[in-house]
Amino acid sequence: MIYYWTLQLNYMSFKHLFIPLVFLVLFSCKHEKEVFLHKIEGQRIVIDHSLTEDPNIEGFIKPFRDHINNDLDSVIAYSVGDYSPKTLEYETAIGNFLADITHELSNPIYKQRTGKDIDLVILNHGGIRAGIPKGNITARTAYQIMPFENSVVIVDLKGEQIKELIQYLSKAKRANPFSRLGLKLDKDNNVIEALLNGKPIDYNKTYSVASIDYLYNGGSGMVFLKKGDNFHALDYKLRNVIIDYFKKTDTINLSTDNRFIKMQN
Amino acid sequence: MKRRSFIQQTATAASLITLGGLSVSSLSSINSTKITILHTNDVHSHIDPIGPNDPRNANKGGIARRAKLIEAFRKENPNTLLLDAGDIFQGTPYFNYYGGELEFKLMSMLKYDAATIGNHDFDNGIGGLYAQLPHANFDFISANYDFSNTVMNTHVKPYKIFEKGGIKIGVFGVGIKLKGLVEKRLYKETVYLDPIEIAQDMSSVLKHEEHCDLVICLSHLGYHYKNAAEKASDLNLAKATKDIDLIIGGHTHTFLPKPTIAQNINGDNVLVNQVGCYGLYLGKIDFYLDSDKTKSANGTTIIV
Repeated sequence: MIYYWTLQLNYMSFKHLFIPLVFLVLFSCKHEKEVFLHKIEGQRIVIDHSLTEDPNIEGFIKPFRDHINNDLDSVIAYSVGDYSPKTLEYETAIGNFLADITHELSNPIYKQRTGKDIDLVILNHGGIRAGIPKGNITARTAYQIMPFENSVVIVDLKGEQIKELIQYLSKAKRANPFSRLGLKLDKDNNVIEALLNGKPIDYNKTYSVASIDYLYNGGSGMVFLKKGDNFHALDYKLRNVIIDYFKKTDTINLSTDNRFIKMQN
Repeated sequence: MKRRSFIQQTATAASLITLGGLSVSSLSSINSTKITILHTNDVHSHIDPIGPNDPRNANKGGIARRAKLIEAFRKENPNTLLLDAGDIFQGTPYFNYYGGELEFKLMSMLKYDAATIGNHDFDNGIGGLYAQLPHANFDFISANYDFSNTVMNTHVKPYKIFEKGGIKIGVFGVGIKLKGLVEKRLYKETVYLDPIEIAQDMSSVLKHEEHCDLVICLSHLGYHYKNAAEKASDLNLAKATKDIDLIIGGHTHTFLPKPTIAQNINGDNVLVNQVGCYGLYLGKIDFYLDSDKTKSANGTTIIV
């Protein structure tokens, strides 16, 4: 239809002189009529409340949104306190909780697949994006704590790499969460004591360490993880670990337990 | 292209009989066309507007509003293309719940013409992207990802040519290096090819073999990397190529208040644009073309 219109326009306003006419007749099979770019205008438009919504689009989204909200806002547990990741200490209740439940829920799957146990868990403080507020807990809480698609991975680390891991934790000056490990630092952040499951670490042994894919791939500078062997992706998102734990637990009551302390003198 | 030639021939033949009585003065208005390019990038599953408590972008965005705006621009100029520069997926529970189905369905309702593939579009694996393709009524274009040994084979084109108002617009796509950014188990056998070399090749094909009037690069390389200046980016791509009129970028979530005017290898101007992320903004570039060369005698005027 558009082409027809073009034809009509051309037809009506044509004014050909002889030479261009011959040119066109001879070459129009091969050559496009040339067009020239003479002006470009660029701008960006903000999408805000000054624009009205397309009711069809809004109507299409609504049932999906309602389903998600209904699901995310259903109460799945109750928290007795406010557990924020914000701290000046090296340990947070929510960090310990996340590392501990990662062990608790991942270990049975890992053991079933490999016959081995997870010896320790290491996560990163920066990955905890929100706390658990006092009161009702919903799946949305888990999305706020962990908006990323990080999944649990397990890798075998030799004693040398376990040393690097402990060194990393001691120097990071952050409340990086871990489970089954106990660390005591002096006032200059030197390691005084490092225990695994309450016992001294045997650096001649190999340990199965659980973390998340982001850190395994060098995120937050935890480069020691990639040096490990027998990489195993559990295909279990950390957020789902959290949701699954909330679902099977009525009341969340967390505390720190001095697993990571720095001496003040 | 053949169709246009046909029209010109027919028009010429018709003009033979009517030659006598027509005025000369109307020539310049015969082929005056405006092409509008609308674009988004890194929408990251942001279907609803940002919440009211967000410190920076409270109440901005929302696809239902974007739809209305796009509709208005299309009404104003039917010769409009709507493009997305990748990272359609990931960022809200909509993706976690529906795997991208909703994003593709909505983009189809908004009549997107094409999108390129961002690193996060692999987040449910290449199989997860493939599974959502039936919901997309638009093309995926990427010239530097070789999908031959993946399920995406034949489902992604290196480029696509659109004809709007008699103007041929060639759009090709380039994507970022996946190794180190996306896990191998997600992108599987997708092969990353040098985007700059591919862009040099694509722009030549589109300009000289396909005779496109406008060449657009849809990129998910990122605008520019301060700490890795040599890394493939939109600004580096602009510098190393020719015959590209517009680079629409993504990945770095760069909020350009207005398009950047860069210079290509020949010193000609190339527009580079990116509109941040999350559907907070819509980019709009209007190209004015004319068969009358005198209008561009002093070069192309760029108003940004």
